[in-house]
Amino acid sequence: MIDKKLLKEIALSEPEYLKICELLNREPSPLELGLFGALWSEHCGYKHTKLLLKELPNESDKVLSEMGKENAGVLDIGDGLKIVMKVESHNHPSAIEPKEGAATGVGGIVRDIFAMGAYPIAILNSLRFGPQDIPRNKYLLNGVIEGISTYGNCLGIPDVGGEIEFEECYTTNPLVNAMCVGIIDSKSPVLNAKADKEGDLAILVGADTGRDGIHGASGLASQSLEEGSDSRSAVQVGNPFLEKVLLESCLISGKMKGIVGMQDLGAAGLTSSVIEVAEKSNLGIDLNLDKVHTKEEGMTPYEIMLSESQERMLVIVDPKSENKFLKFFKDRDLKANTIGKFNKSKNVKIMHMGTEILNTPVKILTDAPAYVLSDKKPEWIDNIQKYIPSSNKINDMGKILEMILKSPNISSKKEIYSQFDHQVQLNTIVLPGEADAAVLRLKKGKQAISISIDCDSKKCYLDPEIGASMAVAEACRNVICTGATPIGLTDGLNLGNPEKTDVQYQITKTIEGLKKACLEFGIPIISGNVSLYNESNEKPIFPTPIIGAIGHINDYSKAVTASFKNIGDKIIIIGDKIIEDDDNLLSGSEYQKIIEGKLSGSPHIDLKKELHLQNSLLEIIDKRLINSAHDVSTGGLSLAIAESCILGGVGSDILLDATNKKSIYFGENRSAVIMSCSPKNTKKVSEIANKHNIDSKEIGVVTGNNLIINQDINIKVERLKSIFYNQSG
Amino acid sequence: MNVGIIVFPGTWSDRDCEFALSSFKNVKSFFIWHKDSIPKNIDAIVLPGGFSHGDHLRAGAIAQFSPVMKDVSKFNQEGRPIIGICNGFQILCESGILPGALIRNKNLKFNCSFVNLKSSKSRKFTSLIPENKILKIPISHGEGNYQADNNTLNALLENNQIAFQYCTESGLINNDSNPNGSLNNIAGIVNKNGNVLGMMPHPERSCSLDLGSEDGNLIFKSMIKSF
Repeated sequence: MIDKKLLKEIALSEPEYLKICELLNREPSPLELGLFGALWSEHCGYKHTKLLLKELPNESDKVLSEMGKENAGVLDIGDGLKIVMKVESHNHPSAIEPKEGAATGVGGIVRDIFAMGAYPIAILNSLRFGPQDIPRNKYLLNGVIEGISTYGNCLGIPDVGGEIEFEECYTTNPLVNAMCVGIIDSKSPVLNAKADKEGDLAILVGADTGRDGIHGASGLASQSLEEGSDSRSAVQVGNPFLEKVLLESCLISGKMKGIVGMQDLGAAGLTSSVIEVAEKSNLGIDLNLDKVHTKEEGMTPYEIMLSESQERMLVIVDPKSENKFLKFFKDRDLKANTIGKFNKSKNVKIMHMGTEILNTPVKILTDAPAYVLSDKKPEWIDNIQKYIPSSNKINDMGKILEMILKSPNISSKKEIYSQFDHQVQLNTIVLPGEADAAVLRLKKGKQAISISIDCDSKKCYLDPEIGASMAVAEACRNVICTGATPIGLTDGLNLGNPEKTDVQYQITKTIEGLKKACLEFGIPIISGNVSLYNESNEKPIFPTPIIGAIGHINDYSKAVTASFKNIGDKIIIIGDKIIEDDDNLLSGSEYQKIIEGKLSGSPHIDLKKELHLQNSLLEIIDKRLINSAHDVSTGGLSLAIAESCILGGVGSDILLDATNKKSIYFGENRSAVIMSCSPKNTKKVSEIANKHNIDSKEIGVVTGNNLIINQDINIKVERLKSIFYNQSG
Repeated sequence: MNVGIIVFPGTWSDRDCEFALSSFKNVKSFFIWHKDSIPKNIDAIVLPGGFSHGDHLRAGAIAQFSPVMKDVSKFNQEGRPIIGICNGFQILCESGILPGALIRNKNLKFNCSFVNLKSSKSRKFTSLIPENKILKIPISHGEGNYQADNNTLNALLENNQIAFQYCTESGLINNDSNPNGSLNNIAGIVNKNGNVLGMMPHPERSCSLDLGSEDGNLIFKSMIKSF
């Protein structure tokens, strides 16, 4: 029987090994076993999620790509323009080597986008770390920021937005998700990750293949991190300059006659890249490893096949054009060699030093098992869902507001985003921090897109299904707050060890929550990524389904930001539960975390009401009726108003009914948006809200230098600013 | 005016410069690959921002040896206009066309943000900037900390070569308005002859109100009018 240690190294279980023997009708060779380990890994094979992911809506009249079949999803936005987007995680590499882990995470997602023939126009980040009073957590944060900054800035792609949360559960296992958006104009083709016919050639372009990143997909991404284990060699080291040269060259080659397809080399390197292309093309391939340019001599076939060296691309061409492509890349100082030829055999055959060393059916290699997960609710989740009433004695609402504003989950992230180039390419018309989502013009008429990435993990911890639905709702609401119609989503699912039943419940419910919200809103998920085995101190992280949303704006002169602008403007709240003061509004809130020190209760969202809110807001902004819009999210109503004051540098005077002050001021479980508008428009705004069957209420006016809420809160905006921008120490 | 935009491997504001220049009548831009020579019909040169050759060794250190730089040098000797923006400024300093050096930002962090700039009078590249106008233009760099020895600084001051200085919104030149630790808040300089401008801020990024400012256009307009 096979060595158990070896199986663990490649993250295969014994039953999986036996299944491989059965399919092959023999024992696999060591090289074959390596390929199976990679292709059947959680990271490449989606063993624990593929049955569930199939349920997610992924079609609309705008979606051009087939889910899971391409490097990223494609949306047609008319006028000959297509948008490509995807999110990807690089959690475990970043836990071990934060700078390089985060840098190569950016590199990988950017390659996915330009492999589609799209020019990358925006990067976003979604990050999670443990509390910053622990030195290692600070080191991880700084390293990750430096990695994103060093790599992304060098590429000339603006990093336009993102979000960060700090929670205990991410202490040894930070989450580093990067999203990239690209654009394809009418003159450029959409490239597929496919060969057309037998005889087509696979050219490997870019970096030399080295011994870095071996077992990244299997060993690192598909198991829990182990105390004291040294997996540093499984983390790749990036070269952003080479990526930039590769990017420009691949995009030109994508328009050349004779191009057939393109596939990025990412997790599991050559193995997944070549074999997945063969599978999608329904072809076999003869691969000659002697043609692969390597970093050092004497690399074994196993190492060549499983290396995760960065900045490599597989370019598939018609054989008649081979020499033209090879010369093109050489002229641009890139190494390029033809390493494979597609054929009708449906087998992958590998040659090394003139000898055939592997010949295996593609179908068997890619036929990773699919597991059915338990959806039994663990008792501990039942327990945390019992709401514990507020026991805190602090009754000074202003003080509570300041304490929450100071929380790193809420305070300004300027210190971070100013380290990212967010303006290159001259499209960023709403800068980071100005609105609930970034807005980029497309340099075609007044067209623009709005992008946001979101997840409130505290809600997902209390209720994975509701939390996931809320993530979809918030991402959509954020782009709508700028005036954009949401057209597509990408999901980055970050969860714990799927072999544990309580995590299985979290996975099942998370995907169910996504599905329900997508169906209600009629929005497709067009691409995504799953990262499991995220645990700190043997406890799973909070389920963290990160949702990237993209919205389309026909006329960006209508775009709206979050700041209060004019003295005398009326402040209106619109949404669900805007005046109720149900205690449960506080479930999973920042208030509970900061003031009570414990999360409890059942978060709530009414998806129908949420949709009504979104539709009415779109109409209100389209008719140019309001001057600002900011959604009520982390921190609740009072924090949303405070932020609009801080951004606008003006005060406001708010009067509203509040019997249960804490839940009204700091409750988060409501679908609501704070707007400001000229007094003459208030009637039209409430009419539109009524028409869409959603509540709206005028609660105050933009005025003075202080934030005033009832008799309870009265703070100078200058003071709020210094807390928000962390200038008060 | 025909403007040649030099493209090194790793350059990224080449297209941005082309876009910003496209709004001016009678200006045509051409990309010039770093291995090629400058065509005869070119009237002005832009060395754009980016990470030429990956900033390996030092920002601009390798680009100075690119074949095209011989022509750039000749272009300078003929007194014709050259603008180096960000990485272009670094390349001009590395190749000795402009004095001084750009080292890492004082806080060792990359910085992308709008800054305010005060400009010097009576230089060709600033000729159309109204008196007392504070320019709002973004920076985006990790190595923009301008340093020079005393003799160089004195010469810059004597010859009115300091084209731009970082300042507050109201025009105060002080530590608070210095984003990177530059000597005397220097954001951009010209050579003695006044035909070469190097600056860390990106004028091409403030070419339209959509992007928050169109002050950068004043610099391009000044060049078009003065040369």
